[in-house]
Amino acid sequence: MNSISDTLDHPEEGAPGQLPVLARLHEWVVTVDHKRLGIMYVVVGLVFLLVAGLEATLMRLQLAFPDNTVLSPQVFNRLFTMHGTTMVFFVGIPIVFGFANYLVPLMIGTRDLAFPRLNAFGFWLLFYSGLLLYFSYLAGDGLYGAGSAPDVGWFAYAPLTGRAFSRGNSTDYWNLAILISGIGTIATSVNLIATILTMRCPGMTLGRMPLYVWMILVVSSQTLIILPPLSAAQIMLLLDRFLGAHFFDTQAGGSALLWQHFFWFFGHPEVYVLMVPGFGFASEIIPVFSRKVIFGYALVAASAVSIGFIGMGVWAHHMFVVGMGSTPNALFAASTMLVAVPTGVKIFNWLGTIYGGRLRFETPMLFCLAFLFQFLCAGLTGIMLAVAPFDWQLSDSYFVVAHFHFVLIGGLIFTIFAAIYYWFPKATGRMLSETLGRWHFWLFVIGFNLTFIPLHFAGVLGMPRRIYTYPADRGWDVWNLVASLGVPIQGAALVLFLINVVLSLRGGKPAGNDPWDAWTLEWLTTSPPPDYNFETIPEVRSRRPLWDLKHPSDPDWLHE
Amino acid sequence: MAVDRPQRFGFRAAVNAISVAAMVNLIALAASAVGAPGLLSNDTPVSTPSIFVPTSTPAFAIRDLSYFVLGICAVIFIVVGGVLTYCVIRFRRRPGDEGREPPQVYGSNQIELAWTAVPVLIVVILFLITARYIFGIERLQPPSGLQATVVGHQWWWEIRYPDLGIITANELHVPVSNPADPTPIFLTLQSADVIHSFWVPQLAGKMDVIPNKTNRVWIDPQTPGLYVGQCAEYCGLQHAGMLLRVIVHPKEEFAQWVAAQQAAAIDDPGVRGGRELFQSVACINCHSVRGTLANGIFGPDLTHLMSRATLAAGVAKNTPDNLRAWIDNPDTLKPGARMPAMQLSRRDLDQLVAYLLTLR
Repeated sequence: MNSISDTLDHPEEGAPGQLPVLARLHEWVVTVDHKRLGIMYVVVGLVFLLVAGLEATLMRLQLAFPDNTVLSPQVFNRLFTMHGTTMVFFVGIPIVFGFANYLVPLMIGTRDLAFPRLNAFGFWLLFYSGLLLYFSYLAGDGLYGAGSAPDVGWFAYAPLTGRAFSRGNSTDYWNLAILISGIGTIATSVNLIATILTMRCPGMTLGRMPLYVWMILVVSSQTLIILPPLSAAQIMLLLDRFLGAHFFDTQAGGSALLWQHFFWFFGHPEVYVLMVPGFGFASEIIPVFSRKVIFGYALVAASAVSIGFIGMGVWAHHMFVVGMGSTPNALFAASTMLVAVPTGVKIFNWLGTIYGGRLRFETPMLFCLAFLFQFLCAGLTGIMLAVAPFDWQLSDSYFVVAHFHFVLIGGLIFTIFAAIYYWFPKATGRMLSETLGRWHFWLFVIGFNLTFIPLHFAGVLGMPRRIYTYPADRGWDVWNLVASLGVPIQGAALVLFLINVVLSLRGGKPAGNDPWDAWTLEWLTTSPPPDYNFETIPEVRSRRPLWDLKHPSDPDWLHE
Repeated sequence: MAVDRPQRFGFRAAVNAISVAAMVNLIALAASAVGAPGLLSNDTPVSTPSIFVPTSTPAFAIRDLSYFVLGICAVIFIVVGGVLTYCVIRFRRRPGDEGREPPQVYGSNQIELAWTAVPVLIVVILFLITARYIFGIERLQPPSGLQATVVGHQWWWEIRYPDLGIITANELHVPVSNPADPTPIFLTLQSADVIHSFWVPQLAGKMDVIPNKTNRVWIDPQTPGLYVGQCAEYCGLQHAGMLLRVIVHPKEEFAQWVAAQQAAAIDDPGVRGGRELFQSVACINCHSVRGTLANGIFGPDLTHLMSRATLAAGVAKNTPDNLRAWIDNPDTLKPGARMPAMQLSRRDLDQLVAYLLTLR
């Protein structure tokens, strides 16, 4: 009897002043508001983060000891496939685009994205493609019987994905889930680009946009270029599997390397699509907690743009060991090293911002500082991997695993946590607990480093990735055991974070409009912002409109 | 640890002194010391398969380059990390700072130009050295040597010596090479099914083994002993169970090995029952035993099965008990292995194992 329409017709049945639960849920489902969609993106991303984190925990349990038999090879191979696919497509992408959804309109002083319905469409495509991927656990074996998740690895190299080597439908679930999520991501990228280019408030020239918005402009443009080739490759794989085409079917003269080129032409820039928004978070948060304007705004924005451009030409560094020949190896080594320049420049500019500041060590800043150290390490191991002969040894070893977890956890996840602590008050009107935040931070730093520093050594000692077990005589035991011991510490940190969110939502300190004494437009409106964001569309004269308001005697526009 | 060899790369002497790399090396050696307790001495790897304990020219070259890169990265880490640490300590907010904002510095063209130019410079140097090594390792290749073909299968290695007429599996036997007069081994890499990767860290960098594409690697191992490696590209269910052993023999010992491998299979009349059984059940569809009816090509050549130290691509030691367990049900040793369980009776199993044990 409690159908949705009944409930909607009788809202007075709920608590006084509030809609009943079902009606409130219904509001979230049908919403086209960028803030709600943004929150939903982030929540979906966090849920998948927990799922993929559990998958990683099981793998570390299996690898803690040599010749371990906790997991069968089937289960292990499915776990690392699902872990990688989930983390990239259903954790990284939704969180990055969720924040962009929430923040971009507020930061550029407008009321919504350019195409609100397209925005909702993009979110639901992504959400359901995630469910589709996990549905494989129930139905992946198709006509062969029970379920099975895909087990071809997240980059699914041909010809392992061909009918001959991957029977049942698990690979098809992987294929379709990524195809569909890609459509959603493309829709959101178009939306963000249109919004940033056409809907900035009066006075906000491109040169006055917050750096985070610059970064989102870069990665959205990049997404538009790199996702269609991936989708094309997925469709070719679909044709191979269902219509007997031979794009990747090596037994019929197809090419195994063709898939790698397609995949990495997407796959490597994708790392920047995930990481550059993290740079954006850092570029917003570090100045506020250093109490200084960003050092070298133009150079930071320009370096993001050049990462975008150079990042398009580095993909074959994932293929140094396929036997491309010396000239292509040298070319891609050169382009890959070149990315280190704009990336290094960014670190220097953040250092320049911190230098001479008055640093406040609240949780968002703590996460940003740990990010700086860890990202420095990730960048340096990245340079080692760019040196092609060094990569002939390190490629596909645990060193690579350690490297990209330093990028994606030490870099991206740390800045995401910084962003959550920083903008949670804006989105909910309540502060997250500082005490729990600090516990979360320190446990996570310790757990993360304990897990991933030793894996560098395992890789250097010859341990290849994606093996479900290893012999005891290889000298890898200690490193693996220590790495596994870090996992429960990271888990504890995440649990504290969840507790913090729940407790703070209920009884956190009220935030007010501008709890951090910050400078960008989102802090001008109420927390949480009203549906229409701003009562009157603001007008800006500089990059830090709230600084101008707070310091009328010495506004930014005198100096820019 | 490493054998002396001609100084081909100028940086080697300089970078050997770099302490970071030396530390990694020590760790590698320490790990290898604790790594292999209680194994027979002739069955013990020379060391843990560390990329910093090379024994062949390509691996030496890569190690030297790695030391140089590690050195540069260590310097960058210390400088940038040091400045960061200094800033975090020096510029933390102190009592009395409340309500006062520090001077706002919007940037500086000179400084920013400087810290763009320095990384550019480092990258240029790094690239020139990298390019030199990329082309150098190709150029260092000696003109001629022993040829071998390595074929990746799900999940084992087929090893062929076309000039010697030898076919074996999961063990690459090679003669030691004298650095002054190198006798290298050229490996032709091919795949029978999906992509694999040939990686024995102490001998050379890895090279993918790709269907429809022939790749080449060369090695010139300079110290006799056992070197271990394994498939390094995910190739399906038993990717972890695709191990590879490279045995580097002194010259005379290698000649003996070749002679033994070239001999036809031993025909022991005492195990005739087992041999007939082998030829009458499905074994010969996949396996070869030279000089008999068995000429299958999908599985490893068994002509000299008992000369090999392991079974199932390194997953188990080649003992009579393991052999019996393997034939009875391969899944017990290597879940998902392509070899089917033949459902043999106890008696048939005994006969078959007795026959295989004679294939020395």
